[in-house]
Amino acid sequence: MSDIVAPRRVVAWSAAVLIALALLPFIVPAYQTVLLSYGLIFAIAALGFNLLLGYTGLLSFGHSAYFGVGAYAVAFVVKYARIDSMEVFLLAGIAGSALVAALFGVLCVRYTRIFFGILTMALSQVLWSLAFKFFWVTGGSDGLRVPTPTLLGGLVRMPTGASEDKLGFLSHHYYYYVLALFALAVALMWVIVHSPFGKALQAIRDNETRAEFVGVQVWHYRWVAFLISGIYTGLAGALWVPLNGLTTPDILHWTFSGKIVFFTVLGGFQTFFGPIVGAVIFNYLETYAVGNTVYWQMVLGVVLVVLVLALPAGIVGTALRLWPRSRKVAVS
Amino acid sequence: MILLETKQLSKSFGDTHAVDHVDLQVAAGEVLALIGSNGAGKTTLVNLISGLIPLDSGALLFEGADITAASVHHKIELGIARSFQLVNLFDKLTALDNVALTIFSREGKTRRLLSLADHDSVVRREALDILESFGLAPKAQAIAGGLSQGERKLLDVAVAYALRPKLLFLDEPTSGVSTREKAPIMDIITTVVRSHHITAVIIEHDMDVVFTYCPRVVAMHQGRILADGTPDEIRRNEQVTANLLGTQEPA
Repeated sequence: MSDIVAPRRVVAWSAAVLIALALLPFIVPAYQTVLLSYGLIFAIAALGFNLLLGYTGLLSFGHSAYFGVGAYAVAFVVKYARIDSMEVFLLAGIAGSALVAALFGVLCVRYTRIFFGILTMALSQVLWSLAFKFFWVTGGSDGLRVPTPTLLGGLVRMPTGASEDKLGFLSHHYYYYVLALFALAVALMWVIVHSPFGKALQAIRDNETRAEFVGVQVWHYRWVAFLISGIYTGLAGALWVPLNGLTTPDILHWTFSGKIVFFTVLGGFQTFFGPIVGAVIFNYLETYAVGNTVYWQMVLGVVLVVLVLALPAGIVGTALRLWPRSRKVAVS
Repeated sequence: MILLETKQLSKSFGDTHAVDHVDLQVAAGEVLALIGSNGAGKTTLVNLISGLIPLDSGALLFEGADITAASVHHKIELGIARSFQLVNLFDKLTALDNVALTIFSREGKTRRLLSLADHDSVVRREALDILESFGLAPKAQAIAGGLSQGERKLLDVAVAYALRPKLLFLDEPTSGVSTREKAPIMDIITTVVRSHHITAVIIEHDMDVVFTYCPRVVAMHQGRILADGTPDEIRRNEQVTANLLGTQEPA
């Protein structure tokens, strides 16, 4: 039947985009691929965030918590275990964010709307203040350093020597590592939102009472969505920290949660691919605003206000309205 | 066989006894109408039985077992389903997905994260069949929020029916639709319910609808059961005529 979600079309489009992204390091300067790595990592966080906002109808203002826990878990592995394997980093980031999301989720999923938002924010601020105060563990406002990791169980490591090696490594090896995980994360999330479980989340979003009365145990499903969402954001944090080389309490602060919200709204939270596009574009906007003016926050603010006013459905949402034929691929 | 029994079921909101010591027995397979003026306690009674709101006192028996303290989820598993007076649908999902999600839930398949819902051909087939029997097949791919009021009322019932319940509560399935649409809607609903031997309790205001489609009528007034009988008995009952039917009933 033609109306069935067509994975083949999505796969074809995604493959084309993926190939283009894979060729990028051979075309653009190293700095550009590093910049895009940041964008793709933020996209993973936004994708996780949007499982809650777009699909379950819960606006979290505390996703900095899971991003931060992912990053700090990696930093602790470095500090206390002196391990530099990226795979261990990822495991630590996922385990840490899963634990925190499972715990915070239990507290939060009984609430909705503003109560949910405030509670998630308050909990993330607790972590932020802990990162600040327990400086002998977290380094306080100085943060913790994370060296360039070895990839694939030590098979791929940075050649020692000149300083441009690090940029070469990050813009090439690490970029592909991020790209692979990004592709995997997108594919997995696409299946999740189209699974029977994903339908149950959308049912809860649309009508909590009715969902209960068709037998969906609302809190339970919200909690699982919360957990998956937290793990995605934690994975992003773990990928981000070696790229950044340092983690500070800033990424636990609620303003970073606000950024994740912004990625998603900018791209369009009612579409699957919106948060990805939003995160990548936001990252470019911010970088160029910072690079070109000292008043970057004002410039960025104005640009974003205009974008949101002009495109209330987000970039992808608006594109779908202008080119309805692309709906089949991108809407769901 | 008695399917459902309420014993001295009560619920008060402040000083108002919305449901006041109600004893009601529903036999398996019957189609029963619950009538009464606004505030008589019909919807509250259904809300108590289905578990939407907690009861103050009394007991509930389903197939002889005490389900007074059962959760909504458990009652649904036992086979108690309901529709809603103010249509309660998943408005951004298609009509097909509204029904399919309900089937997934019934089958315990909503725990599946790693399979595509649309590719479950068994569920899809059943969902289409259900839409077909409710006359909604042409609207399968329409977003539920965009359907007409009559279609939404039917879809609301179809969603409840998709749980394959033993006992189905329908809260004013024809309210808010034009008089012309009422009979077709009731025709569809009663046909589906009868052909699958589902016990149905229908809250209804329209007396023509009640007397045409429901062999047993229970009249409520101020939280209590005023009368219980065949349409003819109810029509002749003086208390009912005085309190409920009023001028609607031609002499």
